[in-house]
Amino acid sequence: MCGIVGLLARKEDLRERLGEWVLPMLACMADRGTDSAGLAVFSDGIDAQARRISLYSPDRKYDWEALAKALREAVRTDVALRAVENHAALVTAAAPAAVAEWLEKRDPSLRVLSVGRSIEVYKDVGHPNETASRYGFARLKGTHAVAHTRMATESAVTPAHSHPYTAGEDFCLIHNGSLSNPHSLRRKLQKRGVRFETDNDTETACRFLEWRMREGATLEAALQEGLRMLDGFYTLLMATRDRLVLVRDAFACKPAVVAEHPAYVAVASEYRSLAHLPDVKSAKVFEPQPEEIYAWRV
Amino acid sequence: MAGVVTFDLAKQAVRDLNQFLHHDLSRNGAMEVRVLNPNGRHSIAVGVDAPVQVEVMGEAGYYLGGMNKQARIIVHGNAGWSVAENIMSGTVRVKGCASECAAASGHGGLVVIEGDASSRCGISMKGVDIVVGGDVGHMSAFMAQAGRLVVCGNAGAALGDSVYEAVVYVRGSIHSLGADARREEMTDKDCATVAELLKKAGIAADPKAFKRIASGKTLYHWNVEANQEY
Amino acid sequence: MDRPLRLEESHSFNARVIAWIQHAAENGLYEIRGLGAKRALPSFDDLVFLTASLSRYPLEGYREKCETKTVLGTRFAKKPIELKIPITIAGMSFGALSANVKEALGRAASEMGTSTTTGDGGMTQEERRSSKTLVYQCLPSRYGFNPDDLRKADAIEVVVGQGAKPGGGGMLLGQKISARVAKMRTLPEGIDQRSACRHPDWVGPDDLAIKINELRELTDWQVPIYVKFGATRVRDDVKLAVKAGADVVVVDGMQGGTAATQEVFIEHAGIPTLPAVRLAVEALEEMDVIGKVQLIVSGGIRTGADVAKALALGADAVSIGQGVLIAMGCNANYWVRDGEKVDAVPDYHKLGVAPGYCHHCHTGKCPVGITTQDPVLEQRLQPEEGARRLRNYLKTLTMELTTLARACGKSDVHHFEKEDLVALTVEAAAMAKVPLAGTDWIPGDTGG
Repeated sequence: MCGIVGLLARKEDLRERLGEWVLPMLACMADRGTDSAGLAVFSDGIDAQARRISLYSPDRKYDWEALAKALREAVRTDVALRAVENHAALVTAAAPAAVAEWLEKRDPSLRVLSVGRSIEVYKDVGHPNETASRYGFARLKGTHAVAHTRMATESAVTPAHSHPYTAGEDFCLIHNGSLSNPHSLRRKLQKRGVRFETDNDTETACRFLEWRMREGATLEAALQEGLRMLDGFYTLLMATRDRLVLVRDAFACKPAVVAEHPAYVAVASEYRSLAHLPDVKSAKVFEPQPEEIYAWRV
Repeated sequence: MAGVVTFDLAKQAVRDLNQFLHHDLSRNGAMEVRVLNPNGRHSIAVGVDAPVQVEVMGEAGYYLGGMNKQARIIVHGNAGWSVAENIMSGTVRVKGCASECAAASGHGGLVVIEGDASSRCGISMKGVDIVVGGDVGHMSAFMAQAGRLVVCGNAGAALGDSVYEAVVYVRGSIHSLGADARREEMTDKDCATVAELLKKAGIAADPKAFKRIASGKTLYHWNVEANQEY
Repeated sequence: MDRPLRLEESHSFNARVIAWIQHAAENGLYEIRGLGAKRALPSFDDLVFLTASLSRYPLEGYREKCETKTVLGTRFAKKPIELKIPITIAGMSFGALSANVKEALGRAASEMGTSTTTGDGGMTQEERRSSKTLVYQCLPSRYGFNPDDLRKADAIEVVVGQGAKPGGGGMLLGQKISARVAKMRTLPEGIDQRSACRHPDWVGPDDLAIKINELRELTDWQVPIYVKFGATRVRDDVKLAVKAGADVVVVDGMQGGTAATQEVFIEHAGIPTLPAVRLAVEALEEMDVIGKVQLIVSGGIRTGADVAKALALGADAVSIGQGVLIAMGCNANYWVRDGEKVDAVPDYHKLGVAPGYCHHCHTGKCPVGITTQDPVLEQRLQPEEGARRLRNYLKTLTMELTTLARACGKSDVHHFEKEDLVALTVEAAAMAKVPLAGTDWIPGDTGG
């Protein structure tokens, strides 16, 4: 089980300090899950042709410089690198599929966490506060971010099993709850050529949406289908390049609170997580209705 | 002789507050306790058993006033899940909105939610009276055994599912009724009951505008006609 | 000439199954009964001890001390539970059982230095008065749950589920909802009670953590909090219970009993106690909380050998329900009035059953006065007689336990290890992860 948080900043000054506001939200939700944590942040500022690729290494002292250099030579394109310990973000105009293939061959221990024009994903095992401090969440800037703290239920505690899960470009999903039919759904999707990294139930939800969207559905339409196909208790929080999207199952037994304010929209598993946000007393605070799809634009 | 005792949860622990409320009230002579900066913390003022007034100046987390006896607790803000769960007596008043499972399994006393209550309001209630100024969410009064739930606004889906002897009064619309719940005629006695509860809650409304929802009692015994509703 | 009968029974459609289908066709309703799984299952019977030999020395019976003291709830509580023996009385409700029985349980447990547990009906005065150490259950139904009783309890057991019906809620049929039971449970007299299967104010281990915290706040952090569940996904559940803050984890295997539930639950849900113990211990080891979070195991614990084997597999204590009732007279062919045995067989026959086969707790017509609310029948089990028999049973269990312990060279029953055991069948070897007798083979573990 878990804690989820999300923050969408509507004003520029808040965007400059996004990480500062998200960090205490995440720290609060660390009480709900101490096994691992993950965060996805969306920000602009790279060329339209380029993509940002977030990478994870199990080695805290990984030689990212060497990797970036080798990649530049291999794809004959510029590769900008920013790295902290075992996390790196590569920005390049090279085709992401080619890059992913090259990475797989070069070093199969690396994981591609996300691909997109705006998204960057961090995740690791260990206490959320430790992860947040190591990766410098407090200094992040962007339009919106979602983050998750995990108490592992049925699957293992590994970085791969941590949320957020990503699919395609600029899409990620975090989940609080427990699906009751993830395995049969996973097998169904695997038959249709969808590749899974883990046996985690949240990944099943993510790949289901990925599959529907690949087939041409909008996220909303995919979620409508998801409400029928996914069984169990779940609050799903998703982010795309320009939106934050939230949905709860019909029973709505897993908590979720939303605060809507002119300057921001915030989501969390418990109100406690929102209590420190600026002027939250003026915000419209409510609990999302079951089976309703909420979407907020940047 | 103490006047108002203040606890600032930005500086003190919820545990210290609860210890004080459990053990130090009579020694201190305090009749009023004010709690500052609750900021959504859980288990504030749980297990109180004294005729004290506790004012919570802000948002409360889960289980505010849990298992309350005698005390008068007021939340100047919203309350999280299961506010006043298992309340035995006394009053818990939420000036804002209450999250899910408000007054869950309450045995007695009065719970007033001036704003909206969320889903499962009054779940498993066992004698508590609940008055909601706004709406209640789905599955409210689920398996409600005894007590009265008065809803001045609207009720969500599956109201009163598997209700026993509790009675629900709703002024607004009802999205749908749950298993074995049915609409019944409001009698003079019902109107008097609603009037009394509204008065206690300090909420103005016309008792005659309410609808009575109670158990059809078709699930009280195992029977073939029940069609999988077990 | 009469034709000789040729009776060829089907294995799949045997007499039992045919009767079940016919019952369903006549009534349109599933069967409800008491007690636990009746079918053959891999169990502790399939394990044996490697006692003393040339390579291991035994302790003398009687003269050389074998410690049985057991402490539960050391993780967070100010007042852990200290027991004289590692055998506790499992949660059984007043309602399922009569008030006399609850009192008998308390008396015997107090004399033997162990605990009893309330059930789905709340705490009775009789039990609190007679039981020196009382564990108070917090169940999905919350019948009768109140802060005064909570504060009188020596420990709190949050019940997520039980072995007889993991995923199902409590049940008590109308014939047992007497005036007193109805009042305690806030229900109309005589209705068929159907309890909730989920707690009303929390769902999931992350919210359980907050609930456990509330229970600690309510009781000023004094007493241990147990979390009990039926054995299904044991490894995950034990880990989650630990993460949620449990002091003690209670795992109830599918052999665990009930006073009334749908038979389909009893026989087809949950895993046997044998693999459940092993899984629970592995989970505690993975979380590195052995010695910090204790494990109580229940579900068909019958004899001292069972207790010893549970401890050897890593449990800190066991909990007994059905065995305790049988000790007091369940399925006996007599009851006792003024020291004289009275024949109970005709009353069994009235229920369409005979002693040794009865599981009719749900009817409330217990011929020996144990699982009944009937004012006449409940007199058939007097607290003093019940306590005497239960005390004898617990003493015998403890003697068997220490006999085996001494024979394995242990001066403390908590020094049993899984290496003291071997298995007699391949299933038991795989489930308990101990070698098949005469081999080094643990199926799945050491090849094959």
